[in-house]
Formats: sequence, C-alpha cells, structure tokens
Amino acid sequence: MSAQLTARDYTTSQEVRWCPGCGDYAILKTMTRFLADVGAERENTVFISGIGCSSRFPYYVETYGFHTIHGRAPAVATGLKLANPELDIWVVTGDGDGLSIGANHLLHALRRNISLKILLFNNEIYGLTKGQYSPTSRIGTKSPSSPGGSFDAPVSPGLYALGSGARFIARAIDVDRNGLAGVLAAAHRYEGGAFVEIFQNCIVYNEDVFESFAGREHAVERQVHVRHGEPLVFAADNSKGLRFDTATMALEVIDAHERADEVLVHDETNATLAQLLLAMEAPEMPVALGVVYRVEDETFESAFYDNHPTRFKRTGTVADALRNTNTWTVT
Amino acid sequence: MSAQHQELHESSVVVRFAGDSGDGVQLMGTQFVSATALAGSDFATFPDYPAEIRAPAGTTFGVSAYQINLGAGPITTAGDAPQMLVAFNPAALKVSLPLIADGAAIIVNTTSFTKRGLSKAGYDEDPRSDGSLDGYQLIEVDVTRLTLETVKPFGLSKSDAGRCKNFWALGLVQWMFGLSLEAIEHWINTKFARKESVREANLAALRAGNAYGETAALAAAVPQLDVRKARFEPGEYRGVRGGEALALGLAASGELADRPIVFCSYPITPASPLLHQLARLGKLGVGVFQAEDEIAAVCAAIGASFGGAIGVTSSSGPGIALKTEAIGLAINAELPLLVIDSQRGGPSTGLPTKTEQSDLYQAVYGRNADAPLPVVAARSPSDCFDVAIEAARIALRHMTPVFVLTDGYLANAAEPWLIPDMNVYEPIEVNKLASKPAKDVQTAVFERDPKTFGRPWVSPGMPGLMHRIGGLEKDIQTGHISYEAENHQAMSQLRADKVRSVAQFIPDQDVAVGPAQGAVAVVGWGSTYGALYQAVRRIARLNDCVSHIHIRHINPFPRNLGDLLGRFERIVVPEMNMGQLSTLLRDKLGVQVVPFNKVTGQPFLIQEVVDFVLDQLADVTGEESRPRIVSGEPQ
Repeated sequence: MSAQLTARDYTTSQEVRWCPGCGDYAILKTMTRFLADVGAERENTVFISGIGCSSRFPYYVETYGFHTIHGRAPAVATGLKLANPELDIWVVTGDGDGLSIGANHLLHALRRNISLKILLFNNEIYGLTKGQYSPTSRIGTKSPSSPGGSFDAPVSPGLYALGSGARFIARAIDVDRNGLAGVLAAAHRYEGGAFVEIFQNCIVYNEDVFESFAGREHAVERQVHVRHGEPLVFAADNSKGLRFDTATMALEVIDAHERADEVLVHDETNATLAQLLLAMEAPEMPVALGVVYRVEDETFESAFYDNHPTRFKRTGTVADALRNTNTWTVT
Repeated sequence: MSAQHQELHESSVVVRFAGDSGDGVQLMGTQFVSATALAGSDFATFPDYPAEIRAPAGTTFGVSAYQINLGAGPITTAGDAPQMLVAFNPAALKVSLPLIADGAAIIVNTTSFTKRGLSKAGYDEDPRSDGSLDGYQLIEVDVTRLTLETVKPFGLSKSDAGRCKNFWALGLVQWMFGLSLEAIEHWINTKFARKESVREANLAALRAGNAYGETAALAAAVPQLDVRKARFEPGEYRGVRGGEALALGLAASGELADRPIVFCSYPITPASPLLHQLARLGKLGVGVFQAEDEIAAVCAAIGASFGGAIGVTSSSGPGIALKTEAIGLAINAELPLLVIDSQRGGPSTGLPTKTEQSDLYQAVYGRNADAPLPVVAARSPSDCFDVAIEAARIALRHMTPVFVLTDGYLANAAEPWLIPDMNVYEPIEVNKLASKPAKDVQTAVFERDPKTFGRPWVSPGMPGLMHRIGGLEKDIQTGHISYEAENHQAMSQLRADKVRSVAQFIPDQDVAVGPAQGAVAVVGWGSTYGALYQAVRRIARLNDCVSHIHIRHINPFPRNLGDLLGRFERIVVPEMNMGQLSTLLRDKLGVQVVPFNKVTGQPFLIQEVVDFVLDQLADVTGEESRPRIVSGEPQ
C-alpha cells in the first residue's frame, strides 16, 4: 500500500508559513519526496520538533507529528521511542533550538545513541524571534541584539555532535537535493541515533551566510562530498585532495593528480578523521558534506528493552507484588 | 492510616533512635518496625535525616533519627514526644533532648561520650553529670565497646565491626519490648547471604544486645515495656512506606488501564525513593528512564504519553518548577501525564530533607497563562496507592496532566496496611477513536467528550489516524493551528471547564471526625492527616462541635465542600506552609478561614493542633477558659 504513495501523500493540507525563498521549503520538498521513495509507513513515522522556524516542519508532513517546546524535542522523542521503539522518529531542530536552549538534550540523545534521526537546520541566526545572533553565528554578526557585531564564539554543530558521542554525523545543503536525499537515506537506514546538519539559508535575516561554499560558483571548489572508502578529492576533475600533514597534525589541500598516493581515503569509522573533516571551514578549506562519521553501536532503546527484566512486558500482577514482602494475617 | 478507627487509644509508645548518618539508624528503625508489625502493633514512623550523606561524625547537623509510634492504635502519626530515646552519641542526645517527653528513658552509648565527642556536639559539660538529664531515666550502655567485643571472633575490620552496633542496640530494644528476633535474623541472613563474616557478626551483635537486656534486667537497670496489640480489621497486612505505596499505585494504574507505565525522573531529594521503587517493578509493565534533567524527564513522559503509555514524572518543588513549561504543553496537547511532587522545604534548595506542604500554589496556579489542571493529595503512606490510581483515572478520562502531591514525610513514613483487593478497583477506561473516523482525522482526534472534555487517545503507530499536536493554540473544532481571537477565548474556557468537570466524577467531601456541622471545622490536606485526626479525636471526647475535614481533591474541590464548610462557625486550616490552602479556600469558595501555619520542617504535633483549635473554639463559643487536654492521655 505505502509503496504507491507519492510526495503529495506525505504533504498535509496546511498552508506552509515560511518566508518565500526560505531554505526550509527545499528541505521539506526533498523530505516528502524521500519518504515517498522509501515508502515510509505514514502511521509509523513521526516528526517531532521544538520551537523556531524549522520546528514548524511537522505541521506540513502527513505523518504523526508533535510540535513541542523550545529545545526539548529530543527529550520528547526519547520518551516516545521508549514507549514504541517500532516508530521512525525524526527530530527537526535548529541552531538555536538544538544548540542553545536544547543543547543539553541534544548531547544526551546523541551520547545515548537512541534511534532518533535528528535534523539540525543551521541558519546561524534566530529567525522566528526576528534576527538575533545564534550560537552558531560567526563573531561579528550584526543583529538587533548585537548592533556592533556579535562577540560570542560560535559552536560547530558537527564537532559538538562528535564530542557528544554521536555515532552518525552527516551534513548537507538545503538546496542540494541529491546530497540531502542521500544523507536522509543514510540516516534513515542507520540503526541508531543520526545527527544531520543541514546548512539552511535564512533569506530574511542571514541571507547567503553559506555563500562561500554553497553558492553555485563556489560549490565545486569548496565542497568535498565524502564517501566511505573513496579518496577525499574535490574541485574540477577531482584535481584537489586532502592530505594529513603529520607535522601540523592537520589536513591540507594538495594536487590530487600529482600526489594521488598521498590523498586520504575516507574512513567513516575514524573519529579523528571525522573531527578534522568537520572542523574544515570555507573559504580556507572545502566544507565536508555527506556521511562524515558512522560507527555501529548498540542503541539505547534496545539496551533499554534488553535490560528490562521482562522486555517491558507486563508479566506479573499487582496483587502478587503487594504481597512480595513480609505480610501478616489478622483474624 | 490503615487500622480501623474503631477504638480509642489503649497504649502506645513513641521511640526515637538517633545517631550519626553512618550509624545505621534508619536501618535499625525499619527493622524494629517490621518486628513490631509482626507482633501485631499498629505503628507510624518518621525518618528524620540530614541533607548530608555523611556529615562530619559526631556533629549535631549530621544527626540522623528515626521515630516510631507503636501500640494498640489507631496510630496516625509518629507521635509527639518520644518516651524512649536511643542516642548513639552526644550530638544525637543534644538534638533529641528538646523533643522527648519528661521522664523518658534515654539509652546513651557511653563509648562515644568522650571529651572529643562532647566537644564536637558543642557540650562544655558532660550532660550526664551536670544535671541536665535530671527528670529522665538515664540508661548508660557501652554499646560500641560491647559490640566490638562481641564481633571480635569474626575478624572484621575495625570500621566494619563498629557498624554492627546498630544491631547490638536493636537487640537490646527488642528485648525491652519483648519482641522476637526472628524477622530481623531472617533479614540479616538474606541481606548478607554472601558475606559470611558480616552476617555472623551482625547476628552475634543482635543476640548479644538482646542478652544484655536479660542480664542487666537483673539489676533492674533496663525497663521492659509491654505494648498492647492493635485491634485490626481482619485481613492480610504488610508494612508500607509512602514511596512504596505510590510506586505500587502507579503500577496498578497501568494494570487497570492495560497500558505500560513510562516513569521518567531525575534524582532529587526526597522524590528519589519513588524512582528506586519503580525501577524494581519492571514485571508490572513499568519502564524507568533516568533523564538528564528535570525538563527532559517531564518531556520524555509526555513523549511516552503521546506514544500510548502512561507517562509519569516525579520530582520535588525545585524540579517541578523546571517542568512547568512542559506541563503546559501537555495541557495544550491534551495528553495524559502524571506529575508527582514530593514536597520539601523551600524556596530554592531550601530544606531538601525536611517536609513541607508549600507547593500547593505551584500545583494549582504555577504555570504561565491560564493553565488549569487537576490536583490530588495523598494523606498517609498507604493512601498514596489509591491516590495514584485516582490520578491516573482522571488523567486518562479527561486527557490532562494531573498533579499528585505528597511530601518528604509521606514518602519515607511507614505504617501497617491492609493489602488492597485489586478486584474491587474498576478498570481505567481509555478514550478510543475508530480507525476510520467519519471526519477529517485532525478534527476527529480533537473531538471531545461533552461530559469530560477528554479527547480520544490516539498514538503514532495507529494506521490512518496521522495527526499533529503541539503547543500552539488550535482550533476548537478542527484541531489545526488557530490564532483566532474568539477561538482562544473558547479554548481557554474549554480548558477551565475540563478541570471543573472532574468534580462531577469525584466523591463528595466527607468528614473524617465529628459531625457535619458545628462550631469549628479543622480543614487539612496531605500528610497532616494523622495529626489533625488525632487532635480532633482528643477534643471530640470533651466537645462534640469540632470536626476534621481532610481534602484529597484540591483542584477541583468536591462539589459539596462549600456547603459543608458553610455549616461551621469557624474554619481552621493547619498547614505546613504559610497559608496556601487557606488562600485556595478563600479564592475558590469565598470562605473566611483561620490559618495555622507551621514551617519548621517537622510535622505537626498533635498537642499543638489541640491547643490551637481549643483556643479557636473558646473564641467561637465565647468561653474564657478552655479545658486543658494534655498529650499522652491514656497512651
């Protein structure tokens, strides 16, 4: 039945209320198409969000949805997953929701490896509250709350996830339909908690903040699409590659044709490499996209059920439990 | 309160054990209680322990105590003034002395009455020789030294050997009360089954203390107490602490609704015992999630409720404050949720281990915007069981979060309990929706029962019923987001009506003691039940115009409460806060009340309630002098 569904079947009747030109439209479209492509069972799919522009997402997807409160979506999703581990749960959050007010829950969801697919729409700004700088805003960001430019050092979502113990970290750009669809598919397939950072353009308050690598004229030169087991090459004709410089303990860009044997091969299970890749910033370095890190590990929900004395089934009665202590009878 | 309130006091004794946090006083108390229960006494206990896990030894702030009132009953409080004190060190004596009755028997562990021990307790002079213990029956026993001698053959380390002194002392106390050692020996054998030397040492200490009583008695140094058996209603009994009864009640809710319980909590004093209890009830369909913080705990419980399990979260005042926003979400999303608040002294961190009833405002009023919800309060350890079931019933019937108020005293206090018959509890109905509703699904999911305002409980995984819920205001009909002015007015009214509708489903307010009209009504809620009950009973023997009314349903109040209170000339409201129920009664019922507020971190004494109420009674009746009723009458 679900195999015949189209993207339209995953779209609700609700009028979408993002600003015209917002990157969220592209993400929504890719998501509904992806759900149709994999034949996701609508009754077993849930979108859970917090607060912010991105968190409107559940209203527009014809599955179950829960628009919760600021920063808490991972916690709500955790409870839902424990109650029903069969569900496919997507958490939609943003840089403010996920990394300011809700950073704690994000950390714990990731370190537990509970099977939530967490999509963090990073636009480096607070959109819904009208444009204040966010925890991912670069130093110097001018905003209503930082008219002279922000002076808060930003957090890197990818590195935060890695430091939190995430087992799956991927990145994509909102309008890169193939790249995003590929990352969504990988996250969906992965058995465990997945963290996906989506570079999302806020057309009103932070337009083109990712232009230096997401812009059409820079994409080729400043994006490296990583694939497990393949060389880390980019640019026209894959002419550039990444090399590990043992002297500086850092990545450097080299000519991939002339020094092909020195180009690193992507190993998605290598946390050190993941850290180096996630730390790369344009324009000095290319930005790593795709599945940067993926290791297999026991999921929290399976551990929860495995460690439960009865796999969370009711096998005893309260009547017996009431008597499971010293009792005495009065006649 | 479990024993039938059919007979007057015959005899009861209040005993207090006090020592360092590390002296094993709490264990000694619980073991003593199990022995008294098996011997047929009614009892009530009050563990009184410090916030520090192991405060510096010998200091007054590190004193841990356990008070037991035992006897023929009915016994509803841990007793006003102990008639027997076991003090393991000078600090314990110093802290306990102001509490105990004149003429009380005091057993002191003389080993710890050294110069250093006395100075740590802040004694300049040894109280045993400066006259400050005149008027008490002082029994000096070298407990630590005698214990160390007893356990010497078992080769324990000095600290392990010293730890056996609680069982040595318990052995002595058991002898004084003529109680069998059997149940305690059984416990030691089970607990230390794999530690032979520890097991043998503790058994030896217990028996040695017991034998000491026998021997010392020859010199008439140690009194023997004969506590009468209580007259219990026939049936099968067990002892129960509030935390246990609450945990079992939550499990029973799951059984009655045939839904799993997902209990999400973050450790906090004094709520953690519930977390520990539930972690052991997995077989009853209980899953426990220890969340990263209070907010995550309530949110996970809400997520679980969305998923069709009964989501429960638990905390104490400061933690509940953190959960507040999420509780509003559950109200708005119309999801069931149980919020258990084990109240403690505050504000802020306050008095973590001391009891208070000061979260009533927080429960009833404490959220942003107009966010009403039902509130129920437990009055005794065993009552926690029924209150948990009642709360779950309301939550599922009306699809709303429900507050359960308990407190640090109830959570840890114990009493005998006539084991409830699960067959007498009605199943908890779940509001269902057909898999193919005639209407738009989003609309059908928010179609509410006209009597309860509860919507169907529809969860992810149910085919064909996909819908979206959230914290934004929604259209009263369609369930879609709505910012319409009139709609918000209607939804706010609906949320108020929903909570009000609960009153149609709860029993009328009864009168615990006394007639349904008269001069003075003593109105209380929560754990003050025992003290108020006994106080009014004492007064009732001389004067039949004072009654005790104890409110379980705080929000909404029972329908008849206003009428009932209107039949009394004066309403006295004793509370362990600065007057919160008083405010609520004035607010909801428009009645004038006389507050009686105690916020010392200690439960009410029966006598202080008696005194206060008698003053009020004299004022109402215009009598100058009032009869003097003293504590301990035929105790």
